[in-house]
Amino acid sequence: MALAKRIIPCLDVTAGRVVKGVNFVGLRDAGDPVEIARRYDDQGADELTFLDITASSDDRDLILHIIESVAAQVFIPFTVGGGVRAVSDVQRLLNAGADKVSINTSAVHNPQLVADAAGRYGSQCIVVAIDAKRTPGTGPLRWEVYTHGGRKATGLDALEWGRKMQTLGAGEILLTSMDRDGTRVGFDIELTRAFSDALEIPVIASGGVGNLEHLADGVLQGRADAVLAASIFHYSEYTVRQAKEYMAGKGIEVRL
Amino acid sequence: MSIIAVIDYGMGNLRSVSKAIEHVAPGVDVRVTDDPSVVRDADRVVFPGQGAMPDCMRELRGRGLYQAVMDAACDKPFLGICIGLQMLFERSEEGDTPGLGILPGRVRRFAHEMVGDNGQKLKVPHMGWNEVEQRIEHPLWDGIAQNTRFYFVHSYYPDPENADLTAGISRYPGAFVCAAARGNLFAVQFHPEKSAAAGLKLLANFATWSPVASGLRATA
Repeated sequence: MALAKRIIPCLDVTAGRVVKGVNFVGLRDAGDPVEIARRYDDQGADELTFLDITASSDDRDLILHIIESVAAQVFIPFTVGGGVRAVSDVQRLLNAGADKVSINTSAVHNPQLVADAAGRYGSQCIVVAIDAKRTPGTGPLRWEVYTHGGRKATGLDALEWGRKMQTLGAGEILLTSMDRDGTRVGFDIELTRAFSDALEIPVIASGGVGNLEHLADGVLQGRADAVLAASIFHYSEYTVRQAKEYMAGKGIEVRL
Repeated sequence: MSIIAVIDYGMGNLRSVSKAIEHVAPGVDVRVTDDPSVVRDADRVVFPGQGAMPDCMRELRGRGLYQAVMDAACDKPFLGICIGLQMLFERSEEGDTPGLGILPGRVRRFAHEMVGDNGQKLKVPHMGWNEVEQRIEHPLWDGIAQNTRFYFVHSYYPDPENADLTAGISRYPGAFVCAAARGNLFAVQFHPEKSAAAGLKLLANFATWSPVASGLRATA
C-alpha cells in the first residue's frame, strides 16, 4: 500500500485544438480536446497536461473554453501550461477549472511570479516546468536551463534553479530533457535522478519516451514521482493501461 | 429541487467540485455561493478548500461565512474536502492557525526526509493516487471497494483526538486519517472531485445522504 507513480499523457493545444496526431480508434474528431481527454481518462490516465502552444495572443483565450469543457466532463486532475506570464493568467486558468498551472519561461524572467502565484493559490497548483540541456564538457554532469521551447540558453544551472523554484513555492517540477525531447531513446536518467534526489517536491520526468521500458526506467532508475509522455500514447502505440500493466509487472506501484 | 451549497470563500477553483456534483446528481441545484443565507437554506453543504489554511480561515471570516459554516456543520449533511476537512479541527501547524474547532484534534505537517518501503525518498506534498482503507461502514463509502485509490494533494493531515472520528486512513508512509465522520459530518483529505469513478461515487452518495443531525449546536 503506497502512493502510486503517476502516468501523465501530454497534449499540445493550439487555437483550441489538439495538434500532433491523436490516433484513437473510433474517435469522431481527432482534434477535440475534450474527447481526447475523456479517452485518456477511460484508459486510466492519472492526470493530464495541456500545453498551449498558441502563437497568436488573439487566440489565447480559446484555451479557457477547453478548460471549462474538460473540467465539466473529466474528473481527474489536469495541468495547463503555456503563455502564463502573470498571476492574473494563473487566476484565469484556475477559475476556468484547471487544477494546476505550469510556468516555464516567465519563471526565468520573473521568479517572483512563482512566489506570488503560490502565495495566492497554494503550492499545490503551481508546477514549474524546467527545460534542461546538458552542458558539454568532461567535468561533472551539469545541465543548463533553456527557455522559449528550448531555443534560448539562460546561463542558469538547472539543479540550482530547481532548488530555487522549490524554495519560492513550486508544488512540483515538470522536468524536460532538451537533449532527449523528441528522440524516443528514453529519459535523461541522470538528470531525472539528480532532481529527484535533490528536491523534496515531486518531479515529473519528461522528454524522450519511445517505449514502455523507458517509462519504467524513469521511475526505477530516475526515481521520478510521475512520468509524462506524448507521442507513444497519441499514435496508439500503447494505451495508458498497457503502460501501467507493464510498470506493475516491474514492481512499480500504479493505479490499475 | 434539493439544493447543495458549495461554499465559496474566494480560494480558487471550485468549478471542479460543482461540476462533479452536477455530473452525478443532475436533479440537484448546485450553488457555488458566498452568501450565508444560501448556505442556511441549502439541504446539503460542501465545504471545499485549497491553498494555505491561514488564508482560508481569514477569508472565511472576512466574508462573513463563519457562522453559516458553523451552523451548517451542526445540522446539515456536510462534506469537507481537503482544507475544508482541516479547518474543522481545533488547530493547524500551518502558520499555527486556529481552526473552527468542530472536531477535536490537530492538523500536522508530514515530516521532512521521509523514506518509503523501497528506500526512496517520499516527497511533500503527498501528491497523487493513494489507497484509502475504510475503517467504518458509512453511507458515503457505499459501492466503493476497500483500498480504492483516491487523488491527494496536501502537506498537512488531520490528527483527531478521538479514534472514533476515523472513517478512513491512508499511508504515507505511516497511517494517517484521510476521512473523518461524526453524525451529519463527513470530511475527506483527498479530492473526490478529482478521483475519477470512485470520487464521483462518493459525491453521488453524499447527494442522497440523510444522516441524523449531530445536534451539537455551536451557538445558541
